[in-house]
Amino acid sequence: MGVFALLGAANANADWTLNMPKGVTELSAETYEIHMVVFWWCVGIAVVVFGTMIYSMCAHRKSKGAVAANFSHSITAEIIWTVIPVVILLIMAVPSAELLIKLEDARDPDLTVVVTGHQWKWHYRYQGEDVAFYSSLARSSVAARRRGSGIDPETVENYLLEVDKPLVVPKGAKVRILLTSNDVVHSWWVPELAIKKDAVPGFINETWFSADVVGVYRGQCAELCGMVHGYMPIVVEVLEEDVYNEWLDRQKGSSNVAADGDVR
Amino acid sequence: MSTIVADDHDLHVDHSHDGPVKGWRRWVYATNHKDIGTMYLIFSLAMFFSGGLMALIIRTELFTPGLQFIDPAFFNQMTTMHALIMVFGAVMPAFVGLANWMIPLMIGAPDMALPRMNNWSFWILPVAFSILGSTLLMPGGAPASGWTMYPPLVLQTGDAFPFLIFSIHLMGLSSIMGAINVIVTIINMRAPDMTLLKMPMFVWTWLITAYLLLAVMPVLAGAVTMLLTDQFFGTSFFLAAGGGDPVMFQHIFWFFGHPEVYIMILPAFGVVSEIIPTFARKPLFGHDSMVYAASSIAFLSFIVWAHHMFTVGMPLTGQMFFMFATMLIAVPTGVKVFNWTATMWKGSMTFETPMLFSLGFLFLFTIGGFSGLMLAIVPADIQYHDSYFVVAHFHYVLVPGSIFGLMAAVYYWLPKWTGHYYNERLGKVHFWLSTIFVNMTFFPMHFLGLAGMPRRIPDYSTQFADFNSIASIGAMGFGLSQLLFVYVVYQCVRKKGPKATTAVWDNPQGLEWTVPSPAPHHTFDTPPRITSKAAFS
Repeated sequence: MGVFALLGAANANADWTLNMPKGVTELSAETYEIHMVVFWWCVGIAVVVFGTMIYSMCAHRKSKGAVAANFSHSITAEIIWTVIPVVILLIMAVPSAELLIKLEDARDPDLTVVVTGHQWKWHYRYQGEDVAFYSSLARSSVAARRRGSGIDPETVENYLLEVDKPLVVPKGAKVRILLTSNDVVHSWWVPELAIKKDAVPGFINETWFSADVVGVYRGQCAELCGMVHGYMPIVVEVLEEDVYNEWLDRQKGSSNVAADGDVR
Repeated sequence: MSTIVADDHDLHVDHSHDGPVKGWRRWVYATNHKDIGTMYLIFSLAMFFSGGLMALIIRTELFTPGLQFIDPAFFNQMTTMHALIMVFGAVMPAFVGLANWMIPLMIGAPDMALPRMNNWSFWILPVAFSILGSTLLMPGGAPASGWTMYPPLVLQTGDAFPFLIFSIHLMGLSSIMGAINVIVTIINMRAPDMTLLKMPMFVWTWLITAYLLLAVMPVLAGAVTMLLTDQFFGTSFFLAAGGGDPVMFQHIFWFFGHPEVYIMILPAFGVVSEIIPTFARKPLFGHDSMVYAASSIAFLSFIVWAHHMFTVGMPLTGQMFFMFATMLIAVPTGVKVFNWTATMWKGSMTFETPMLFSLGFLFLFTIGGFSGLMLAIVPADIQYHDSYFVVAHFHYVLVPGSIFGLMAAVYYWLPKWTGHYYNERLGKVHFWLSTIFVNMTFFPMHFLGLAGMPRRIPDYSTQFADFNSIASIGAMGFGLSQLLFVYVVYQCVRKKGPKATTAVWDNPQGLEWTVPSPAPHHTFDTPPRITSKAAFS
């Protein structure tokens, strides 16, 4: 009974999201599309294969007096169920490859941000601007996350998904993200932007997005990076361009403050 | 497989004059393939429960948001140890145990080819896992960098680090010796007239598995040795500061790691390929194409490793290659599933416990196969990678895949091992409980991953609460259900069930069903004669 009581309590502030977000970029929508296309192919194949199995299990059972046939091979059947999957795979492969090419094309960005992973926070440096800062788990979550804190996570807004200072980008701009790390491998993941790329020490990785909708998008470090791995969220705030420019002006000069530990 | 009927006049010779020695010497000095097989199986069951206990600690902490029971550092130790113990301690040794017991019986050999090495390869394992387990008590705790041991993180391990490396060396040594033994036995000790293509599927899949082991365990040993020298001898294989590359470790690890996936599933393919024909009362459909499919899977497993690494920053052409190669694996895997379906088609099926577990395998492994296909699609994988979707995927292929295959095998051959039937009703209850709870545990993880929950986190945002609670309850149920398995096996070993006949089941095919039940300590002192031709020509 206690279990169900707890389940009921958890219901209060939770949702039952079943699927990937469509996201707020052109390519996140295309990623969602390809995910659904492959998913429906799998469902279709499952219906045929599982349907055949279930029919066979119902119809060809000894208790119903079924007598076993004795066939054990058929070249025709083998060829059919080798060729059909190959064709289906080709149908999936072509749009996947096309989308992959677009995802990898980070040329001509409007804005480049160097993202550096640290144990356990992110550092953002706006290339060409005098703006840089760290982004750490918000204090409200820091207080609540400790064992025996006495704070119910349900009462904390955006528990574990809030930072003290989010990455701010303008709407519609092509934002290039250059990723590296100061210590171990991290991974920068924002589901709504359909971006996940590893931050590897000593190397620079590149990815990009262009958000079409103003809003706040949340993600988390996706590569195990040590004890506090679960507590280094990513928050990206997308603003209208003029609002963004005002924000940027207010930040100028912050890079000096945040220079310590920054990988240049 | 082909219909093989042994001329069994010689098989009922009384072997009591050279039965096992009494007491501890029988086990410590064991060279008999059946005794060593039994020890492997008991050891892997113990490891299954140790790793399972860790899984339950993980699921207990994840039952609701917030930290209630353990700290993040210990949580990471649990995920790491759970995986290492389940992969190297439970699944792999369990299949080696089956190989030891069944390969000589299935090919008509008196024992494994290298009995003393067999003893060594088993007894290394308790040592290796004692070392690994003892790291829980060391300063800094057990390894906590995930079983994948990615540097530089793994180099932050405390005193446990060299013990982790050494225990993996030992596990690799054990696996390599086991693999050599399997290959030598199968190649040299088959009954006369048992050509390669007349071999039972379980023997075939194990032959392929053994070659995979031989190829990749040394690679793993090399990778962890490089970690060791990076840590203690000033090398910089994986340290960017010294000119090394952390991602190179990932490439080497997954060059081992992907064939490893098939090492854990191919013997299960073999098991269900034995069981489905028996209970469908119909020969395995497309025996030869099953062999070719398994071989193709083994070959492809060497050229798909980087699909575990689509987010590390690879050239576009590299990503394309690994995407297409990975998608190709769906073809031979599909052939296997279709052939099993065709084996059932127009059969005369009954649904004893081994058949139920095989059918559970067939449905649920296929679901894992579907999510595997989805994961091959790079743009989508960028979203799935390192999320709970991946956790759902590999648990579907490992738990209702490998573990159900093992359960099916144990129920199938247990009457041959003990001479008694197990309690069929309880066996079926065990199957249904396992199936319900395994889906309750792992199916919601698909949703969690798609909704954005990363793996390997001790606490999560509140929108993930519901499915995590369901998964945790499922995990508890699955864990408890396995106690029933122990009870059923124990009752059978204590000879509580009815006496088993020589054939055990309704006219099963294969040499193992020509020796008495229980199988005597020594079998096939003289090679059996295989009298009939292949049934399907």
